[in-house]
Amino acid sequence: MAEEKKLFKVKIDNISVEVEPGTTILNAARQIGGDIVPPAMCYYSKLKGSGGKCRTCLVKVSKGSDADPRPMPKLVASCRTTVMDGMEVANITSPEVLEARKGVVEFLLLNHPLDCPVCDQAGECHLQDLSYEHGADSTRYEFKRRTFDKVDIGDKIQLHMTRCILCYRCVFTADQLTEKREHGVLGRGEAAEIGTYIQQSLDNNFIGNVIDVCPVGALTDKTFRFKNRVWFLKPVDAHRECNDPKCCGKVALWMRGDEVFRVTARKDKYGEVEEWICDTCRFDKKEVKDWVIEGPRKIERQSVISQGHYVGVNKPKETLVEVLDGRQPKLLLDIHNISEVNKPNIDLSQINGPAHSDDFNK
Amino acid sequence: MGRKLLFDKAHIEGIRYYDVYRANGGYGSAEKALKSMSPDQVLDEVKKSGLRGRGGAGFPTGMKWSFIAKPEGVPRYLVCNADESEPGTFKDRYLMEFLPHLLIEGLLISSYTLGCNSCYIYIRGEYAWIPDILEEAIADAKKNGWLGKNIQGTGFDLEIYVQRGAGAYICGEETALIESLEGKRGNPRIKPPFPAVKGLWDCPTVVNNVETLATVVPILRIGGEEYAKYGTGKSTGTKLISACGNINKPGVYEIEMNISVEEFIYSDEYCGGIANGKRLKACIPGGSSVPILPANLLLKTAKGEPRMMTYESLADGGFATGTMLGSGGFIVLDEDQCIVKNTLTFARFYHHESCGQCSPCREGTGWMKRVLLNIENGKGKMSDIDLLWDIQRKIEGNTICPLGDAAAWPVAAAIRHFRDEFEWHVLHPEEATKRNYGLAHYADPLEIAAPAAV
Amino acid sequence: MFSEEKLNKVKEIIARYPAGKQKSALIPVLHLAQEVSGGWLSSETMDYVASLLQITPIEVYEVATFYSMFNLQPVGQYVFEVCQTGPCMLRGSDNIIDYIKKKLDIGVGQTTKDGLFTLKTVECLGACGYAPMMQLGKHYREHLTPEKVDAIIEECRSKAN
Repeated sequence: MAEEKKLFKVKIDNISVEVEPGTTILNAARQIGGDIVPPAMCYYSKLKGSGGKCRTCLVKVSKGSDADPRPMPKLVASCRTTVMDGMEVANITSPEVLEARKGVVEFLLLNHPLDCPVCDQAGECHLQDLSYEHGADSTRYEFKRRTFDKVDIGDKIQLHMTRCILCYRCVFTADQLTEKREHGVLGRGEAAEIGTYIQQSLDNNFIGNVIDVCPVGALTDKTFRFKNRVWFLKPVDAHRECNDPKCCGKVALWMRGDEVFRVTARKDKYGEVEEWICDTCRFDKKEVKDWVIEGPRKIERQSVISQGHYVGVNKPKETLVEVLDGRQPKLLLDIHNISEVNKPNIDLSQINGPAHSDDFNK
Repeated sequence: MGRKLLFDKAHIEGIRYYDVYRANGGYGSAEKALKSMSPDQVLDEVKKSGLRGRGGAGFPTGMKWSFIAKPEGVPRYLVCNADESEPGTFKDRYLMEFLPHLLIEGLLISSYTLGCNSCYIYIRGEYAWIPDILEEAIADAKKNGWLGKNIQGTGFDLEIYVQRGAGAYICGEETALIESLEGKRGNPRIKPPFPAVKGLWDCPTVVNNVETLATVVPILRIGGEEYAKYGTGKSTGTKLISACGNINKPGVYEIEMNISVEEFIYSDEYCGGIANGKRLKACIPGGSSVPILPANLLLKTAKGEPRMMTYESLADGGFATGTMLGSGGFIVLDEDQCIVKNTLTFARFYHHESCGQCSPCREGTGWMKRVLLNIENGKGKMSDIDLLWDIQRKIEGNTICPLGDAAAWPVAAAIRHFRDEFEWHVLHPEEATKRNYGLAHYADPLEIAAPAAV
Repeated sequence: MFSEEKLNKVKEIIARYPAGKQKSALIPVLHLAQEVSGGWLSSETMDYVASLLQITPIEVYEVATFYSMFNLQPVGQYVFEVCQTGPCMLRGSDNIIDYIKKKLDIGVGQTTKDGLFTLKTVECLGACGYAPMMQLGKHYREHLTPEKVDAIIEECRSKAN
């Protein structure tokens, strides 16, 4: 008797959607898509047990269900609250929610360093996106920030705890992808930190995935640190035959010219890994010849990267000369007439490596 | 003398030992329940008694018990919450130290009602000597056939185990307690699922406070209906109040919930008045997390009625002019006490005890503590008071467990009722280090507003 | 590391829980381990506990660092844990803390040079009606006065000798 499963009708910000029972409010909102999707810093659909902690996805349930229409007394974490039939939810239409979210962002930023200019995560950082949308333009916190020393957990991963927002995603990742978790949350309250207690390298062929799940720049890829800004790189889908049966071998290569700067798993529009990859693929296969290139990867959501691709912009096809009706551009000023810094007799293309002042003083 | 149900025999020499307890009618209620009543009949008596959870939230116990899931072949657990850690509260300690068999009898009846064969007493780690007392009492009860296999020939089995915590206020929250009992960090779980469905080791679990479970004994002794005749309205029965602070006779008192706050503070039967001939300035009647009230609002409600020691009367006026009975940790402040300092110690407490899972509580509690420390040390600004208000507002209601609320409320109430004392600290930083603001107008008779048309 | 007797105690504790739930014994066993290791838990001790309970070391570290009663650094033979929360503060705990500091010439969190005393401030211990108070080993010392503190210090010194 294969009866049709009854779907639950839910309204989020006045938009209706029908979802399977057991779906969370957040995932129902993701089925609708667009601006009404609550932001999530700790929830990760691929990690069992994640979510509920960061409180950025709080929403208001203005009607519990058709059976019990009472509103829920407090804002609820949409990532961990399942829908009921007839439920009505307010996210961006509720000033109360936006106010609370602003508060949460302020709390998350309280001890977060303002080091985006030197942070590898910049450009694909969820906290950056979140504070851009919901943050205040200055801080009200006048006390010393919490800081930690950077530690290497293994030769490929660096932990910069100062940036951590304690989402626990990396802990769930290690629990669920590796046989033996070696790092965890130590300490309590404000002093809680991610660590190994006795400094240890994390040895497991899947531990590199913690870099991909980290919503901020707390866990970074040491093979990529400071090599490039992500928005200067071109993401390309690629795959290879990986020997590890648990690894899908499908990755995104982040390239500049023919150089592979880093390898990550492919992420969906919510920044979540589509399929996990192993550390060999991530850290050791940095040559184009290691990979079968499929084609450019479209990054839909991460603000800075997608802007680098000028989505929807019509680039001028004509050259400058065509625009100027055939007139040649006129040389208005020859820099060498007034400056002795750069000498025209020095051919930069003949110099090995970047030019140095010594090259001009010869 | 007020009527007593828990402490009625507390004065008897040696009542903490099995023989004396039994000789004075102990285990009579258990005998009655196990031998002559079905679990549903016991549940009915508890429901009729109107007993409300004595841990702080005041949720009806009978209703909580009726929620427990009963899937076939899955064990159910009763967990006794003895992680008494709310500042101002020390009543359960007294019960366990001096009346351990009363608790064990309560656990036996409750386990029988819920169908649990294993029961854990989770006791705060600092009460390091009490597990010995409890374990000795458990052994004696077992020797006399009140625990173990086939109790008193009824076929019912029960083992009680004592588990020590290790210093974490948060483990008093029922899901954090369960996590801790499973050998993990005391991070509260997200509800639902509720423990009644998925609790200890994912099995249906009921978590109740020590006093709640002990109270089941007198309920069975006199019957639920008779019990409900004690007290006032929905605040039935008696309540243990642990009184502390600047009073003449700090200690644990059993009160019937029909006396006034004024009587409780000033009568010789209870607190015996304010110590050293001082005047009453303020009081936190239900443990550190409930709102502090100035003397005038404590003794009389905003409507001008005398405030009673009941759940309803203490909460009269909501948070605007009322407070809560909470866990019964009754903290009294005399005229020489500084509200800012007192609030600071609570903020420091909650900062120390935050588990660190939710961002508002993890970051906000420390922030409030630091701002309060600045005000206390004469480095505060006027804007800090509004800032504090804003921080607590953004923590309250936005966290997984009620610790966020518990941290926010004391700060909110202190500013709500004692704002001028905070301002005085900011404006007179020098003077504030030398003297306190004093009683000021906090005991002045209230202006009674005309009853508002609702 | 544990004696036969302690190992039996561990077995007895594990037997309190259903099969396979031996992780529940972690906190009680850490208490035992701290008792036999001079009042604190080294990483070696914690690794030993992990192997006893067949759990990973990080599971032990996570728990040991969460609960305030576990010391992760060596402490003195006698640890004065003085409560400083509201109800104790109202009854003068600040003065008691200051008195101990002066008397032992140490700050909060420090240990005397002879390794005998450590002073810690703690949050509410549930003895508010008997304030000011402190925990000393397994027991509480309540209604503290400077004279009582003197007597306690003397008592500890004589026991240590």
